[in-house]
Amino acid sequence: MTVILYESLRIYTRVDMQTAVITFPASNCDRDMREALRLLTGKPPLSIWHQDTTIPNVDLIALPGGFSFGDYLRCGAMAAHSPIMQEVKRHAARGVRILGVCNGFQILCEAGLLPGVLLRNRALKFICKTVHIKANDNPLATRKDVLAVPIAHHDGNYYADSDTLKQLQDRNQIAYTYCTAEGDPDNPNGAALDIAGITNAQHTILGMMPHPERVTDPRLGVGLDGQRILKAILNQ
Amino acid sequence: MINTATVQQHGFTSDEYQRVLEIMGREPTMTELGIFSVMWSEHCSYKSSRIHLKKLPTTAPWVICGPGENAGVIDIGDGDACIFKIESHNHPSFIEPYQGAATGVGGIMRDVFTMGARPIANLNALRFGDPAHPKTRSLLAGVVAGIGGYGNCMGVPTVGGECEFDPAYNGNILVNAMTVGIAKTDKIFYSAAAGVGNAVVYVGAKTGRDGIHGATMASAEFSEDSEEKRPTVQVGDPFTEKLLLEACLELMATDAIVAIQDMGAAGLTSSSVEMASKGEVGIELNLDHVPQRETAMTAYEMMLSESQERMLMILKPGREAEAQAIFAKWDLDCAVIGKVTDTGRLVVKHNDVVEADIVVAPLVEKSPLYDRPHTSTPPRPVFNSTQAKFPAPIKDILLKMLQHPNQASKRWIWEQYDSSVGADTLVASGGDAAVVRVHGTDKALAMTTDCTPRYCYADPVTGGKQAVAEAWRNLVASGAKPLAVTNNLNFGNPQKPEIMGQLVGCLQGMGEACRTLDFPIISGNVSLYNETNGNAILPTPVIGGVGKLDNVSQHLSNHLHDAGVTLYVVGNSAGWLGCSLYLRVLGDETVYAPPPVNLDDEKSNGNFILESNSNNLLEACHDLSTGGLLIGLLEFCLPHGVGVDVQLDLSPALLFGEDQGRYIVATSKPSDLEALATAHGISLQKIGRSGGDSLVLNSVTVSTITVLRETMEAWMPHYMAA
Repeated sequence: MTVILYESLRIYTRVDMQTAVITFPASNCDRDMREALRLLTGKPPLSIWHQDTTIPNVDLIALPGGFSFGDYLRCGAMAAHSPIMQEVKRHAARGVRILGVCNGFQILCEAGLLPGVLLRNRALKFICKTVHIKANDNPLATRKDVLAVPIAHHDGNYYADSDTLKQLQDRNQIAYTYCTAEGDPDNPNGAALDIAGITNAQHTILGMMPHPERVTDPRLGVGLDGQRILKAILNQ
Repeated sequence: MINTATVQQHGFTSDEYQRVLEIMGREPTMTELGIFSVMWSEHCSYKSSRIHLKKLPTTAPWVICGPGENAGVIDIGDGDACIFKIESHNHPSFIEPYQGAATGVGGIMRDVFTMGARPIANLNALRFGDPAHPKTRSLLAGVVAGIGGYGNCMGVPTVGGECEFDPAYNGNILVNAMTVGIAKTDKIFYSAAAGVGNAVVYVGAKTGRDGIHGATMASAEFSEDSEEKRPTVQVGDPFTEKLLLEACLELMATDAIVAIQDMGAAGLTSSSVEMASKGEVGIELNLDHVPQRETAMTAYEMMLSESQERMLMILKPGREAEAQAIFAKWDLDCAVIGKVTDTGRLVVKHNDVVEADIVVAPLVEKSPLYDRPHTSTPPRPVFNSTQAKFPAPIKDILLKMLQHPNQASKRWIWEQYDSSVGADTLVASGGDAAVVRVHGTDKALAMTTDCTPRYCYADPVTGGKQAVAEAWRNLVASGAKPLAVTNNLNFGNPQKPEIMGQLVGCLQGMGEACRTLDFPIISGNVSLYNETNGNAILPTPVIGGVGKLDNVSQHLSNHLHDAGVTLYVVGNSAGWLGCSLYLRVLGDETVYAPPPVNLDDEKSNGNFILESNSNNLLEACHDLSTGGLLIGLLEFCLPHGVGVDVQLDLSPALLFGEDQGRYIVATSKPSDLEALATAHGISLQKIGRSGGDSLVLNSVTVSTITVLRETMEAWMPHYMAA
């Protein structure tokens, strides 16, 4: 029943795009990501378990949010050593697009696929609320200027040394920055340069703290800006 | 070996111990004594409340399973069932707020997924002491972090609840956690063991020495030495619970499970006894096979440990390997620790010694049952509302009320909870009820927790009715048809007749309201002995209500979104100030009679709202409760910053009276709404229109909406930062 309803929406991106979503122990946004990608591609993503060692050739690999390994060591640090990450790195080297959201962003940083690290929020508390982010002129970012997307994290305070931050700016790697509804700079968690999401220098890998997959379904009526974010990386 | 002191330490009266001796026909072993102790604790046996709980209405055509199982189950159509329950973790949360609250959340989620449901929402009802009390701030911070720490990791959105302060909770905070889950009606799992010879299988985390005697601790009053009870508080591991959830649901998708029961209070003891008792069979356990994380644990310790994140299940013959493969994938222990027998006995072996051998039926059926003496709360004086005059300008009073700890915004709390994981949340905290879509469908569930303890203290019967009525109203105000409730009865020491009288009175009121509103009680929890040094909490019978929207498009916003709509009050406003926030803010601490609850009006007004909504006559709706009409109006218009211009009778009674059964609604079809009200004989009072950026009262601008909103938002962050 669900599939039929989704198909009637006719909001697919490119036909026949195949995506894959990795589940780590205590990933908890994997289902949400799979359903958002299915909605946009019209095709169910492949479900990959963290102990798998191969991922078929796909157009996008997504690392979803959650609390992989309970966030017990440092967010994403243990997941970065799961068997599947060797395969993710192999696909990354081939230029396959990779998306990490929230815990997925933390894992990409811990695995060395993106620079920097996510520290504890400035106020030292978990924050869940809808924030606004501004899309920069980055190849993986959408063109719409200000988007409303929820954040839900304890460790989203992006940090990198000043040389790295300068490189991020020089190589146009900053995809999304926090802002107010009017587009003025804002910062919910203390992130350097108000960073909400970055890409690698080749613009094939995007990591971001906000959750686009939660604001993608038109039937829920809580916003659709997540569609724009996901379509941007799917269609790039 | 067992002397009077041992008997007392285990919480038995001498009569109760005599009954143990009669059942056993000999002196029990220490392990047996421990088993009797936890099974007969107030927490597990409901010995003070059972005879009164039986009077509550628990059935309706849509109720699949009422009280008695891990949680209650209702039918929500299309083969879907909603499974929910509320449970307290008051005593542990006071001693160790983070772990106490976290394991409370973990425990209630296990109660729900034990029955085959995926949890889709958590709510919590919190009560703390005076904000000025030195412990309040750290208790609050710890409890909120604990709830978030557990629920966020589980990926279950925390979408609602309540938080109030009163000096009566200085020594006993209340942490009540509710979980709502979804299952298929033909895939609901129960706890009755069956099939002689079937394997008894232990899954989940390993057993340690934590939480031994937690249930007994939760069944006694506190004194100065309550800090020493810290070792009885369990430690939560939400990561393991997330794995346990996924592993259990994966195994439940097969048909390998005969019965399953979570190990909550009293751990291995209560789970094995419940399963044997419900199935009228025996269970034999060999503790040598219990996965353990500490060495040299005794049978007594293993049977009484309340280590978290564990389940006990009975599998069909030959299905053990299938279960083991699933649990191995999720890195969890899965061990056969016993078998179902036809002896009707619980036999516990450890190191080739029989440590316990108890006939199960009398352990459960002959547990103590008390009809404790109870005295009714005396009638309170009725405050003369019509004579009340404003002692200060309305704006000053309004600002004071908005900053009252019980009225101020609790955003500081709810922003620490992941409320949108699952991508099914329509509305989380901040409205009348939370609304969460049933995954993969277009229908949704509305849910709320409610209780007004000051009403219950003043008049338990009316307070009990009001808690149910307000929950019902909150669901209706969100466009949902109310279906059923779960209750969490938090009271002081039941051995005091006046406290027992509060419990009996509240249950009477609840029962009447649930009957009239067709709103059965399907699960619940009783927490007694919430006293420290003889000071009891306010009677706090929390109601968790669930209702259904056939389609998410029926959802009715609790906030005003647009300018230019007409505003009405539905229901009769007599102007009742007794027990109101208004009097409390003005410093009148007298205990007056609370507002009466007319259940017939409540029902007809609520049905009018639902009919108006299905006729698309309403833009938004909000229930009127604490603070009365003017506070309700602000709660309605502040969130989206829409101003209002209203004409009201400028008396304290009519602006701030807390008359029940009322709603404020916004409509762009005023004549249709008036016609429908006339047809049904519903009291409908036009009060004004929305628009502008201020609160305009009888043509006078009282304040900008921005100032009012900032006032309501400011209290809590300011308080917590101090």
